[in-house]
Amino acid sequence: MDDVYRVMMSGVKKSFAGVKALRGVDFRLRPGEIHALVGENGAGKSTLMKVLAGAHAMDAGEIRIDGKPVVIGTPRRGKDLGVGIVYQEFELADDLTIAENIFIDRLGKGGIIRWGKLYRDAAKVVRDLGFDLDVRAKVGDISVAYKQVVEIAKVLSANAKILILDEPTAVLTPQETEKLFATLRSLRDAGVSIVYISHRMDEVFSLCDSVTIMRDGEVTGGGRIADFTVDGMVELMIGRKLSTMYPRRDPVIGEEVLRLEGLSGGDFSGVSLTLHRGEILGLFGLVGSGRTEVVRAVFGADPMYGGTVWIDGQAARIGSPHQGVARGVALIPENRKEQGLVLDLPISHNISMTNMQSVSRWGVVSRVREEELSQRLSRLLTVKSDNLDNPADSLSGGNQQKVVIAKWLNTGAKVIIMDEPTRGVDVGAKAEIYGIINELAGRGVGILMISSELNEIIGMCDRVVVMDNGRTRGELSRDDMSEHSIMKLVVGG
Amino acid sequence: MNKAGGARTFWALARESLPVAVLVVLVVVSSVLNKNFLTVQNVFNLLRQNSGTIVVSLGMLMVILTGGIDLSVGSVAAFASVLFSTLLDGREHDAWSLPAAFVFTAACSMGFGLVVGYLVAYRKMAAFVVTLASMTAARGVAYMISHAKTIPIANEWVNLFNKGSFHRIPYSVMLAFGVFVLVALVLRFTVYGRYVKAVGSNETAVRLSGVRTSLYVMSVYVVSTLLCTIGGIMESRTGVGDARVCQGLELDAIAACVIGGASLSGGRGTAINTLMGVLILGLIGNIMVLMKVAPYPQQVIKGVIIIVAVLLQGRGKSR
Repeated sequence: MDDVYRVMMSGVKKSFAGVKALRGVDFRLRPGEIHALVGENGAGKSTLMKVLAGAHAMDAGEIRIDGKPVVIGTPRRGKDLGVGIVYQEFELADDLTIAENIFIDRLGKGGIIRWGKLYRDAAKVVRDLGFDLDVRAKVGDISVAYKQVVEIAKVLSANAKILILDEPTAVLTPQETEKLFATLRSLRDAGVSIVYISHRMDEVFSLCDSVTIMRDGEVTGGGRIADFTVDGMVELMIGRKLSTMYPRRDPVIGEEVLRLEGLSGGDFSGVSLTLHRGEILGLFGLVGSGRTEVVRAVFGADPMYGGTVWIDGQAARIGSPHQGVARGVALIPENRKEQGLVLDLPISHNISMTNMQSVSRWGVVSRVREEELSQRLSRLLTVKSDNLDNPADSLSGGNQQKVVIAKWLNTGAKVIIMDEPTRGVDVGAKAEIYGIINELAGRGVGILMISSELNEIIGMCDRVVVMDNGRTRGELSRDDMSEHSIMKLVVGG
Repeated sequence: MNKAGGARTFWALARESLPVAVLVVLVVVSSVLNKNFLTVQNVFNLLRQNSGTIVVSLGMLMVILTGGIDLSVGSVAAFASVLFSTLLDGREHDAWSLPAAFVFTAACSMGFGLVVGYLVAYRKMAAFVVTLASMTAARGVAYMISHAKTIPIANEWVNLFNKGSFHRIPYSVMLAFGVFVLVALVLRFTVYGRYVKAVGSNETAVRLSGVRTSLYVMSVYVVSTLLCTIGGIMESRTGVGDARVCQGLELDAIAACVIGGASLSGGRGTAINTLMGVLILGLIGNIMVLMKVAPYPQQVIKGVIIIVAVLLQGRGKSR
């Protein structure tokens, strides 16, 4: 009976420095299925898969592959057993060609590379995946979606029969995501077992055949996808009822606080919009539509070439983030690890970074006041950390995002721009962040929120401005917003 | 959970204080190897010989903390040495007063730093390349001013500063120590120090917090050249300004920072450990002289010690 499973993990335990990451986990994977692995950040999904791939050694438990007990102590061994893993952060060399990257660990026999054969083999691997790529192109020159394809090709060319994908669509556009899904489905039909780690419920339900749900290092549920509802699954993930994802609020919309008139810059032109106090304005567009570039220019992070920014009815010249902040604009950037936080610095230092004038005198930092400020703000946003002196790196994604928001709470910002504020954040923290955004709007701050998740825009925003190809395509009020009406503006209806 | 946290901070602390421990071990070993080592005379001599390097290395530390590097420190120090002694020299023109000469010299040196800092911070040029160029240029200017001759320092105060002492503590050692305390305090307690370190860790995030990061990056090169001015004057211990002094000082300063645990990619490093780095290097030199090791093997041993010191800090295993 056991041999119907490709992978059987039983009673797997793993601790890191005394912290139990996995508390006896059972995991079953059938041949030729796409199996979703879901749970909040820190639930143990990635740890479990790293154990399977050999990147972590387990403390206790048993792993069987195709019915045979195996010991997987190293990534090399995992590979030999047919386990391939694609991590969230790509492991590709940008200056090498696609072909070189795919065969990076076996470029040639005896140290000699036969280029003709290498390119032919690589082209075949890519073609088999259903893509048509020039394998002589440098990886640094291709899009993120194709990089993902190269990663998968790299793993599959090593004869992987178990493919693990960790949040593969976080950086993909909807079209690219569809293409990836088609590839995954054909791999499944060819007999490959796929583990799909994701936060996005819609993806899990449209793509996967079965699911395992984890919370706090334990499995809380699993089975055929068809037997689950979204709410039921979310409940198992967070261990409580998620009353409503998007808390209700009664917007009190005040005077105009920000107006863009015919703004143009590197990747956009003729962008106009207005934002009022207490309003949550959505800025929707696909990756590459120019939405991030627009808000970066408003904040002063990128140059703008034309147009006017009005703040509180006054034309404002903003040439640097420093001037942006001085004008009362705050930006919560799209990539919190690279742009939002100094990961090596303590949480408290990250929070006070925007507030130095209020926690220092004569250029000397007052530790007491800094401590007070960061305690107060992190409590306000329920940042979960036992010690604010720990580096920001020690926090989970959702808590890191809260710190990035906390930075701006004391700065008197009138306009807070949020670029994908819930990307890569687990469901529980997402709801909390939505609560914070509503709270800020309730205090009269104008919120400009970029998102590529339609239901987030519809759930949160009072109005939405739609962008495509560097231009604004139209605007919808709360009553007119639907997935259909928004997408219609994107594709030009 | 708490226990694990405690263990982590313990090891972090142990690694932080490693340079201090290495220095202590070296002192013990040295005094066992040679009974002339641990004499007040020898220790103060050692400190006096290294006071210039200490001051310059602290400037280097500031630059390295931002993720930059300053190869021009030796040349700028030599430039300062020559310009300062020329201004004080009354043989061909009226000698300048001491304060005026110092201020003018410092301003000229900082001019180098300002140009370098501008190119690095605002024009986004690589610090390595820019300071490589200014290293060559500053040394060239030093030779032009001095016509490749030594210039006797006529001012008695300068010579008193360089040679004299108070209760056997040399004045130059006191000044170097003062600079050390100042840099340590600035890095630890001021907004400026906070930003300098943060910029080295993640300039983008700091800039997007509304901080004028380029200004801070530029400033460290100016600070470095100011400290080079002081270092250059200290290095004129023999009583002459000379365009040939401080050859290779940049390497000693970088080595001191690295031995002290500073990361060349920025963000990590402390003043105390940089001080330890200078003393470790100086002490090794000193003990080898006392042991009558020939000069060339000395260099080899120094090189090996640098590698060992960095290995001991377990860099690369930090994940």
